[in-house]
Amino acid sequence: MISHLALIFIGALLVNNILLIRFIALCSFFGVSDSMGTSIGMGMAVVFVMVLASSASWILWHFVLLPLHLEYLQISSFILTIAALVQFVELFLKKNSPSLYRAMGIYLPLITTNCAILAVTFINVTNNFNFIEAIIYAIGVGGGYTLAIVMFAGIRERIAGAPIPKLLKGYPIAFITASLMSLAFLGFKGLFGL
Amino acid sequence: MRFFKALTNGLWKENPILVLMIGLCPTLAVSSAAINGVYMGLAATFVLAGSNFIISLIRKWVPDQIRIPIFITIIATFVTIVDMAMHAYAPDMYRILGIFIPLIVVNCIILGRAEAFAYKNGVIESIGDGLGMGLGFTLILLILGSIRELLGNGTLFGIQVMPLTYKPVLLMILPPGAFLTIGFLQAFQRYKGGASK
Repeated sequence: MISHLALIFIGALLVNNILLIRFIALCSFFGVSDSMGTSIGMGMAVVFVMVLASSASWILWHFVLLPLHLEYLQISSFILTIAALVQFVELFLKKNSPSLYRAMGIYLPLITTNCAILAVTFINVTNNFNFIEAIIYAIGVGGGYTLAIVMFAGIRERIAGAPIPKLLKGYPIAFITASLMSLAFLGFKGLFGL
Repeated sequence: MRFFKALTNGLWKENPILVLMIGLCPTLAVSSAAINGVYMGLAATFVLAGSNFIISLIRKWVPDQIRIPIFITIIATFVTIVDMAMHAYAPDMYRILGIFIPLIVVNCIILGRAEAFAYKNGVIESIGDGLGMGLGFTLILLILGSIRELLGNGTLFGIQVMPLTYKPVLLMILPPGAFLTIGFLQAFQRYKGGASK
């Protein structure tokens, strides 16, 4: 049981890294990775919301949509659940934990349209994960997201001062950097034959 | 006239991917072959044009505070239509595109155009804008998919193009190839854009 969960976790964290191998949530990957601080804040917010969204959507799917045979409402109901959840978390943090709100408050509205959250809820359903597996998977994916975006931000901070051809400045060189990072992550592919 | 202006705007000048840098996830993920890119692009174009149409139709009655949830619901409805239609009529493609079909819902291009264009403009222009942006998206997917398929597999739309002695660069159809190709494509667009300025 434990090794099964560990496999799910490592698989989500490294082997199928959500940003570099699966290509989900790239908008935020290029958008907010210009400094180390913001990317850590964003990563924390993503892990937090991802776990909440996974549990909420799991409950919704198994106790409402499946018993009532409303599977075709999956897309609409999941995205609305996530949007409502993010709003709620924002209000809750603002009122009860101002310090946490300061750390990741500004990233929360961005998260509604962060496709990683929605993708994880769909993958949970497709893979038929039970509740514990879904939570572990969400933590793994969120951790992988944070890992990749923080590393990328670190590299981009160094690139900013490097002599780069004018045409490649900014986004093009960021893409090439991401390509090399993705190549490194591809190396995990043989880790467990996943 | 305004219809065509809105239509051509999205194709190159304000191309959603190269210039606005939005909607990247499906772009890179499904562009390992040209044909996948075309299907994905057309699915997104349908959703864009449809949601732009409905939103511009009802924009006078939508209260400002709750417009985002309303937009998302409309977009999700169109995505559900595409999802079910593809599942029924193109099951192979549905399997390849997989999770990226439902993820059209959170594609920033669609919500972005709803907010920035359809909410402020008339019905005809909004359809034009939706089609233009969608086709601009499809065009990039097609270019990206063709380059990657040609270099990584030696084929184009599944037909052998490169001579048989050509050794495919496997890297191009793996994830790193996607980042590499779009980086250079963007540098190329900048080179062209810089020349005309």
